[in-house]
Amino acid sequence: MTHPVLTVSDLRAYYQTSAFGTQREVKAVDGVSFQVGANEIYGLAGESSCGKTTLIKTIAAATRPPLKVVGGAITFDFHGRRVSMTNVDAEALADIRWKHLSCIMQGSMNVLNPVRRIRHSFVDFAFRHVGEPMPVFLEEVRVHLQRLELEGQILDAFPHQLSGGMRQRVAIALATVCRPDFIIADEPTTALDVIVQNSVLAMIREVQRELGSSLIFVTHDLAVHANLSDRLGIMYAGRLVEEGRTADVFRNPLHPYTMNLISALPRIGRDNPSKGLEGAPPNLADPPAGCRFHPRCPLAMDICRRKDPPMAEVAPGHRAACFAVAPEKVQ
Amino acid sequence: MMFTIFRDLFRSRRSFAAGVALLAFVLIIAAASLASPYPPNDSFVVPPDLAPSWPHILGTTSRGQDVFWQLTFAIRNTLVFGFIVALVSRIISLVVGLVSGYVGGLTDRVLMSINDTFIVIPLFPILVLFYFVMRDNMSWTLLALAMACLGWAYDARLIRSLAMSLRRREFTDTGIFSGMSTRHILTQEHMPYVLPIVFSTTMNNINWSIGLEVTLSVLGFTDINTPTIGVMIYWANQHTAMVAGIWWWIFFPVLLVVITFIGLFLLAVSMNEYIDPRSRLSRVAA
Amino acid sequence: MTGSLLEVRDVARTYSIGHLLSRHQVRAVDGISFTMPSERPEILAVVGESGSGKTTLARMILNMVLPTAGSIRFCGADLSEIRRGRDRLEFMKRVQPIFQNPFEAFNPLKKIDRYLFMTARRVAGLDAIGDCEHRVEEVLNKVGLSLTEVRGRFPHELSGGQLQRIAIARALIPAPELLVADEPVSMIDASLRLSIVNLLRRLRDEMGVSIVYITHDLATAYSISNRIIIMREGRVVESGDARTVLDNPQHPYSIMLKTAVLSPDATLRIPAG
Repeated sequence: MTHPVLTVSDLRAYYQTSAFGTQREVKAVDGVSFQVGANEIYGLAGESSCGKTTLIKTIAAATRPPLKVVGGAITFDFHGRRVSMTNVDAEALADIRWKHLSCIMQGSMNVLNPVRRIRHSFVDFAFRHVGEPMPVFLEEVRVHLQRLELEGQILDAFPHQLSGGMRQRVAIALATVCRPDFIIADEPTTALDVIVQNSVLAMIREVQRELGSSLIFVTHDLAVHANLSDRLGIMYAGRLVEEGRTADVFRNPLHPYTMNLISALPRIGRDNPSKGLEGAPPNLADPPAGCRFHPRCPLAMDICRRKDPPMAEVAPGHRAACFAVAPEKVQ
Repeated sequence: MMFTIFRDLFRSRRSFAAGVALLAFVLIIAAASLASPYPPNDSFVVPPDLAPSWPHILGTTSRGQDVFWQLTFAIRNTLVFGFIVALVSRIISLVVGLVSGYVGGLTDRVLMSINDTFIVIPLFPILVLFYFVMRDNMSWTLLALAMACLGWAYDARLIRSLAMSLRRREFTDTGIFSGMSTRHILTQEHMPYVLPIVFSTTMNNINWSIGLEVTLSVLGFTDINTPTIGVMIYWANQHTAMVAGIWWWIFFPVLLVVITFIGLFLLAVSMNEYIDPRSRLSRVAA
Repeated sequence: MTGSLLEVRDVARTYSIGHLLSRHQVRAVDGISFTMPSERPEILAVVGESGSGKTTLARMILNMVLPTAGSIRFCGADLSEIRRGRDRLEFMKRVQPIFQNPFEAFNPLKKIDRYLFMTARRVAGLDAIGDCEHRVEEVLNKVGLSLTEVRGRFPHELSGGQLQRIAIARALIPAPELLVADEPVSMIDASLRLSIVNLLRRLRDEMGVSIVYITHDLATAYSISNRIIIMREGRVVESGDARTVLDNPQHPYSIMLKTAVLSPDATLRIPAG
């Protein structure tokens, strides 16, 4: 990829806890590498506790103890300005936040200060980056809100006066008002009703296309990815197991886990006899040796129990980490 | 299992170790009362007004009593008093709080009205009044019961609000549909959440009751013939000990009760974090 | 009408919210009627968005809350007359719940097998330890688990999918005739939903249990339900045979719901722009 906006290489982030004498290291993200290009929506999918939220936190440099980045690199390239998120100081971070990099986190609709009007949230977050006098700024915000089909009067309301869907749109507006280069979204529509979810997703896509930003969209719901993401990465137990253009991954899933995920989706109009995924993801404090999926994998071979398969390019732009699909080349 | 908890806490929290050390010290002194060569209520068994020296290591009082041995009885009685008050008032506040919070409705409103009445009652004047009414029939048990009846109200409300939020949690409904009786739910399901609050309020309560006892005794509103910390200070004041230069009569009781307070406080603070369900979860998950 | 398993007639539930100066009524459920037959087990899907009143309806069927109007009869017996402890226990033998949040359904500080054994002893009325163990093992096997896997475990040691299965197993212990499942898969990963939903289908087919399946997920409702009712703001907007209604919805709201469902087959269309 030429000029990726985000490059993550061999990232390792662990939760290291020590409570009342017992030590514990949960390998939440264990060797993840990928890139996100300009003007693209990169979807990140996986079951709960596969590490996607931890990955997002490290990319946003929002890590706090006991979460610690123990290895690898995260580099942003904002039109030539390179920032390494693994050792960024507070000032540089405050500078790029909201202007170049913004986040829509899980439960975003609850991050608005309940005792202040919406207007204040915009002022608190974005005003310093825009560098214009207040009336001009507020007018810009109103125009921006209209893009999300919110009326300007919303600025005078309190969060509890708005519905969940509206609050979520306000959160999206907040994250995009400074026209950032990169947006991170972690399950922004999970708590919303189906009808509202649809309109919010459509808006996210529209805003992204208009701003030309890159977007990492994290959700476990593959149906959402099918309708939104340009490229899709599947995570399992702290590792990326497959990655490619969304259409390729859905039409031709390579990794057995992906195959199972996709066939287990229920659809209207289809009497679905599929079995669904059995078993449970491994304990990340004590993951299995070799490929982490091998205890649940129908194609598990002897080598899978011993060695960890690397991500290999099986088709152009389509990678998978599986010995069954990309056999280890004899050196 | 209790032993491993104790050992873990001892190793990892200095405040716990300090609290244990202080309390152990106090308890040893209290236990020493069993070995006292002098009966506690007798006076003029030793030469009065002696400064700390061997064999009277903490000196003697103007009433001819050995300060050290008096102190052992005093701290023992004070501690026992404090524990009894705390125990009885915990039981009352637990029952009232849990029932009120869980059952709700009319029961809740009635109990809380009673509760709020008790909160509003001015403790000190009531206890003084109690003394004047009881006079010679005043005994420590009576006083303990009276104080217990006055000291449960705040905590009952605290427990009640916790019980109300627990009632709404889904696992309570699962418990109901598993056939659990109300009594079972309150004691088995909800109790582990309620205990940390109860525990920390117990420590506060002990401190409060000892404090109140000392205050009442210093002013002479209790049975001044049984030695307690407050009673010792009362007698010291009666004999104008500070003016007469017999500082050890007041200093050592005060010192010992302060050590007790600090020890209990440290214990409460360190154990509280341990018992708190949230930290328990992270430990169990380890 | 004797002979029906569950008869809900003109049921309404109003809450009054607000304070002294401005109280107003919220009609959470506003005149719902339907019946479930007793001759054959069926899965009735109750579909609606948040605020449609479906959870309130579930709680009324479970006799946790009384309707402010109308009546609910289970096997002919009016639920409002089931108040005493023993009657409630009898009722719970025949009607059991499955809640939405598997992580909240069990006390995080207690071992999970407690609930199973307690249900066996008190609701199913089994006295001997051997009988209890046997029954618990039986229901756990039905949901794809075993007693050895579950014994002595705390909830946080298990995944959402496993916890929900255990919740279903617990509900099966007294051999109930009706299960009320309130959004049983909405808090479980999309990839694991189907296995739980298929389990519900098996319960109907193999064990003859009728299920009120409350959900906002049309796709799973399509997959397993016999009949469906679609709720909106406390009222029923459309009802009937599940496949018929979902293949061809008539009411504008139902149509809107159906088009809002995202299909994973979207990638097979040519992407726009």
